[in-house]
Amino acid sequence: MKQINRAAAQITLLAAAILMIGYGAMRGEAATVLSKAIKLCMECVGIG
Amino acid sequence: MDKKKHKISQFLAHFRGWIQAVATILTNIHLPNFFKGEIYRGDAKTVCVPGLNCYSCPAATGACPIGAFQAVIGSSKFKFSYYITGFFILIGVLLGRFVCGFLCPFGWFQELLHKIPFKKFSTKKLKSLRYIKYGVLLIFVILLPLLVTNSLGMGNPFFCKYLCPQGVLEGAIPLSIANASIRAALGKLFTWKFGILITFVILSLMFYRPFCKWICPLGAIYALCNKVSFLQMKVDEDKCVSCGKCERACKMDVDVTKHPNHTECIRCGMCIKECPTEAIHYQYGFGTDKTNLKENKGE
Repeated sequence: MKQINRAAAQITLLAAAILMIGYGAMRGEAATVLSKAIKLCMECVGIG
Repeated sequence: MDKKKHKISQFLAHFRGWIQAVATILTNIHLPNFFKGEIYRGDAKTVCVPGLNCYSCPAATGACPIGAFQAVIGSSKFKFSYYITGFFILIGVLLGRFVCGFLCPFGWFQELLHKIPFKKFSTKKLKSLRYIKYGVLLIFVILLPLLVTNSLGMGNPFFCKYLCPQGVLEGAIPLSIANASIRAALGKLFTWKFGILITFVILSLMFYRPFCKWICPLGAIYALCNKVSFLQMKVDEDKCVSCGKCERACKMDVDVTKHPNHTECIRCGMCIKECPTEAIHYQYGFGTDKTNLKENKGE
């Protein structure tokens, strides 16, 4: 990948990532993650 | 400047084991919870950790990104996770598969197992198995949690439930030792997942990082970002003597001189340590530098 193409891709992806994280957090996804992560994950430990 | 780059590269490559140990402890900072038999329930779990680390580990500092992704798309409220997809892209662009080589606790666990004296086998003839992890990502992490739902519109985290050995290693085993009620609740699903863990423990004795190479959906995501990541491997053509030592040293079966930023490269630095002419080094930043590098001439 050429230098200029890579730099353009990096900037675009970085900007997209930050926007997506912000938008996702705003619409309540972060709260969903927290509510799942602070409870014992039954599927993860093999209870069901 | 060139000397400084080589010093940093050599340092990272030589002290990788220690960096992995520190990363594992930071990812699981609440160590006293192992004795209490309960998990950490603080706000830090809103944020994902970069590696594969079960959030049901008593000591877990943050959320598992793969578990969190399935939790969001499997919830009744959302059918896509911008929050976690953004996180994947961010970490992928900033670090790529450096996470696998330096920061993932399960990757480190497999490496430690591989150090145990046992008959070792090459995975060079098993390269086609690499593609399984992309199927696991698509089917078990995205499609099944999204499409197989109950009457409330909620899906199961299929990867965590049926495939991930990290939940048993970090969650079920320590919790069941310290907590009698959890021990009593373990059934057939635990037996199945324990079988998967044992399988990968045995495979890790024989093969280098079998789970990372063939199954890990998180590795698959970071692999797709390797070519656009800020962190790149560079081979200086003026210094390279084509001795092939780097390729022989690479346990991820990458031909370093031809494809220094291959999707399978976990930036472990074994090629850096092995190179007799110091032709290989890490580079971090936008694009590449102006020296005579393999990457600049196209792959």
